[in-house]
Amino acid sequence: MELLFEKSIKGRGCSILPECDVETAALSEGQMRQQELPLPQLSENDLSRHYSALERRTHGVNNGFYPLGSCTMKYNPKINEWAAALSGFTQVHPLQPDDTVQGSLKVLHLASKYLCEITGMAAMTFQPAAGAHGELTGVMLIKKYHEDRKDYGRKKIIVPGSAHGTNPATAVMAGMTVVSIPSAPDGCVDIEKLKGAVGEDTAGLMLTNPNTLGIFEKDILEITKIVHDAGGLVYYDGANLNAIMGIIRPGDMGFDCVHLNLHKTFSTPHGGGGPGSGAVGCKEFLAPYLPKPNISVCDDVYYQQYDCPQSIGKVKSFNGNFLVTLKALTYIITLGSEGITDAAKNAVLNANYLMKRLAECYSITNKGICMHEFVITLEKEAKEKGVTAMDIAKALLDKGIHPPTMYFPLIVHEALMVEPTETEGKEVLDEAAEVFLSIYRQAIEDPEWVHHTPKSTPVGRPDEVRAARNPVLHY
Amino acid sequence: MGSYIPSNETQRQEMLDAIGLAVVEELYSQAPPNLILSDGPNIPEGKSELEVSRMISGMAEENVIFPTIYRGAGAYRHYIPSIVNAIVSKETFVTAYTPYQAEISQGILQSIFEYQTMICQLTGMETSNASVYDGATAAAEAVAMCRDRKRTKALVSAAAHPDVIETIKTYCWAGNAKVELIPVKDGVTDIEALELMLDTEAACVYIQQPNYYGMLEDGERAGEIAHGQGVKYIMGINPIAAAILKTPAKCGADIAVGEGQPLGMPLSFGGPYLGFMAANKAMTRKLPGRIVGETRDSNGERAFVLTLQAREQHIRREKASSNICSNQALCAMTAAVYMAAMGPDGMKEAAAQSMSKAHYLASGLNEIKGFGLRYIGEYFNEFVTECPCDSGKLLKHLESKGILGGLPIAGGILWCTTEMNTKAEMDELISLVKEVCANGIIV
Repeated sequence: MELLFEKSIKGRGCSILPECDVETAALSEGQMRQQELPLPQLSENDLSRHYSALERRTHGVNNGFYPLGSCTMKYNPKINEWAAALSGFTQVHPLQPDDTVQGSLKVLHLASKYLCEITGMAAMTFQPAAGAHGELTGVMLIKKYHEDRKDYGRKKIIVPGSAHGTNPATAVMAGMTVVSIPSAPDGCVDIEKLKGAVGEDTAGLMLTNPNTLGIFEKDILEITKIVHDAGGLVYYDGANLNAIMGIIRPGDMGFDCVHLNLHKTFSTPHGGGGPGSGAVGCKEFLAPYLPKPNISVCDDVYYQQYDCPQSIGKVKSFNGNFLVTLKALTYIITLGSEGITDAAKNAVLNANYLMKRLAECYSITNKGICMHEFVITLEKEAKEKGVTAMDIAKALLDKGIHPPTMYFPLIVHEALMVEPTETEGKEVLDEAAEVFLSIYRQAIEDPEWVHHTPKSTPVGRPDEVRAARNPVLHY
Repeated sequence: MGSYIPSNETQRQEMLDAIGLAVVEELYSQAPPNLILSDGPNIPEGKSELEVSRMISGMAEENVIFPTIYRGAGAYRHYIPSIVNAIVSKETFVTAYTPYQAEISQGILQSIFEYQTMICQLTGMETSNASVYDGATAAAEAVAMCRDRKRTKALVSAAAHPDVIETIKTYCWAGNAKVELIPVKDGVTDIEALELMLDTEAACVYIQQPNYYGMLEDGERAGEIAHGQGVKYIMGINPIAAAILKTPAKCGADIAVGEGQPLGMPLSFGGPYLGFMAANKAMTRKLPGRIVGETRDSNGERAFVLTLQAREQHIRREKASSNICSNQALCAMTAAVYMAAMGPDGMKEAAAQSMSKAHYLASGLNEIKGFGLRYIGEYFNEFVTECPCDSGKLLKHLESKGILGGLPIAGGILWCTTEMNTKAEMDELISLVKEVCANGIIV
């Protein structure tokens, strides 16, 4: 398909602006642009058709089943989008006086109040724009806490081997050293190894529960106690909150701070990779360190407080991805207490049902019940037949199913991580199970066939090595 | 109660039967029983869509929407062509994930490749990433790109946006690095002071063009001085101004970053916005976040993929250049559609009109006693005037007339115009200010 630049025809364009109604101001020679500005020249119809063609070459949640593990690709309700398009929200300047933005401040206040209830935290910020950004903010809170206590020796963050890659990368950005501890044979935190890892240099532990294998850390209370007893804090990576929201609270498990992926758990769409929101909540003792401003309320009037002397400062301009927070609030108001709980239960039920169906052919790492996701391993098939996780994933593309997450978590060989979410009906899971099983049978019988999938997608398997070796990064 | 769960009671029971459980609560038997909330979280009961829409509309109505805006300071109200929203609200673009599966993600991948190209065209730089969270985080990430074991200090112009400075400071504090502010003289970065500040610890110099006060910096000179001491040079730019100003590439920048909001994104109380980042070739592999590259598929056809991933956290873990995994893909697409709809002439026109109107407004305000321009020199679409009366009261008065005036800063007012401000509106503003001040209504 042609690029915008290849469709460009000199002199074409859209008529957007009127003539200038004041005298033209001129730049001095030294400040003027000398380089050409070679942006494409297109009619509105050209643009409309171009992006319609690009849309047909994209797969969204609206196109079909999307069991991408760890990403919680649930349905994105349309009322959320409607809310975020209201001019009462979109036309507000971020530096308007507080008395003219009471609606927006109320949105932030309510979202904070409800999410604190759901997570068992005392305060929340919506400044972080994504999960990794929330992680960074959370670890900064931990760093500031130790600094304020003049406990300068605490520079190590413990991360389990099953953790997302963002966890260690985040710890380093926050000036910490990473201590990685291998998981126990059951995939959970190895209590003895954790005991051996904590000490006077421990700043904290980063953990997600349920973990990336879809297992609930049954010893969670002991884990958080071990870290606390050593003087460290415990950070909750909210990537997997969808399994337990409304049922178990990170705060009650002993976590001190938490980030939430509003774009996963709270149904705001992913937009092809953003904008998201990585809201961060914390217990009362960490609240003074949150990014400024904080939103306070007095007699139903909302204020932005900038006088926060202990704050870590700002991690982004203004109040974060406000419209994303608004979408998440719309979702929480719609579902309410019972609906939030039901969403989690059905996410776990759907995952267990699909796991049961797939176990007919596939090896599954989870023993017994899983939480909202489970992990398949193709290790044996890869060794014996040359059929890899990648092959199964690519064959699914031909059937209109977005593949599960591939090759994660790293501690499982040839992994496929499956997360169906609660917004798929049983019949969708049944159909998907049939597809997964038939691909498996055909691949084992004819490995050559599966190596040559997909066949019906807009492009075939791309040459990633070539892309990295000779980078072509623009037209 | 609202719900998005399709399975009915019978289907749920069938699923429970299949997995051999009696009730759904048994799914949580691994968790310590004392952790289970018996009554759900303490939040209100759910609502129907109609009730929700009334409640949300009510909150939207509690905000004041100003028909006329003279406030910028990092967020700019430009005209957004109708095609922009039509395209970026397409359901598939809205609901897709990061394009991991290239075969079914060519639409998103190509749109990012086109965005990267346009950012390179705008800045003159050699490479662009797929975007980051916003202008402030782009600046903080750019600073991190320049640090090494010996050079750990960032020199940041005090005339940069306060949120940008704050964000750089927060990131540097976290990364155990230093920040020093380059002082401001006559509304622009004090280049002589900068020369004295450069030492062997300095990693980079960050200059904003136009700066927070709207003034044009000597972008080229700052770069020469930085490079003279082996220090990297980062420019933070306004993408609309970039259409007519000397490019960061021509100014010698190693990295160009900025807030992409003016490229088709509404004000939205501060976000979602867009951080763009472009670099010269030598710095390309240090860029954080996603980058899309061109390749061939198994049939030899052109295809696009996420590339240079060896920099990224999911491969490198603690050795990654940054922890960033999301970009702001839909905002990047917004910027690309905006730039394509405006075209080269439309972009230059938006820039020229924004600037021309600021000069018209400035000369009008300048004629009112006490509203002189604070700084002498070239400016783009923002400028600072003195304010002889209580600026808070003046701005409140303007608000009562449906006008969001400039931003009060240090006794003066930072005004902003774009192509949205008409001559008639500006004449009205000038006479309103004249009236209240000349008649001593506000003192």
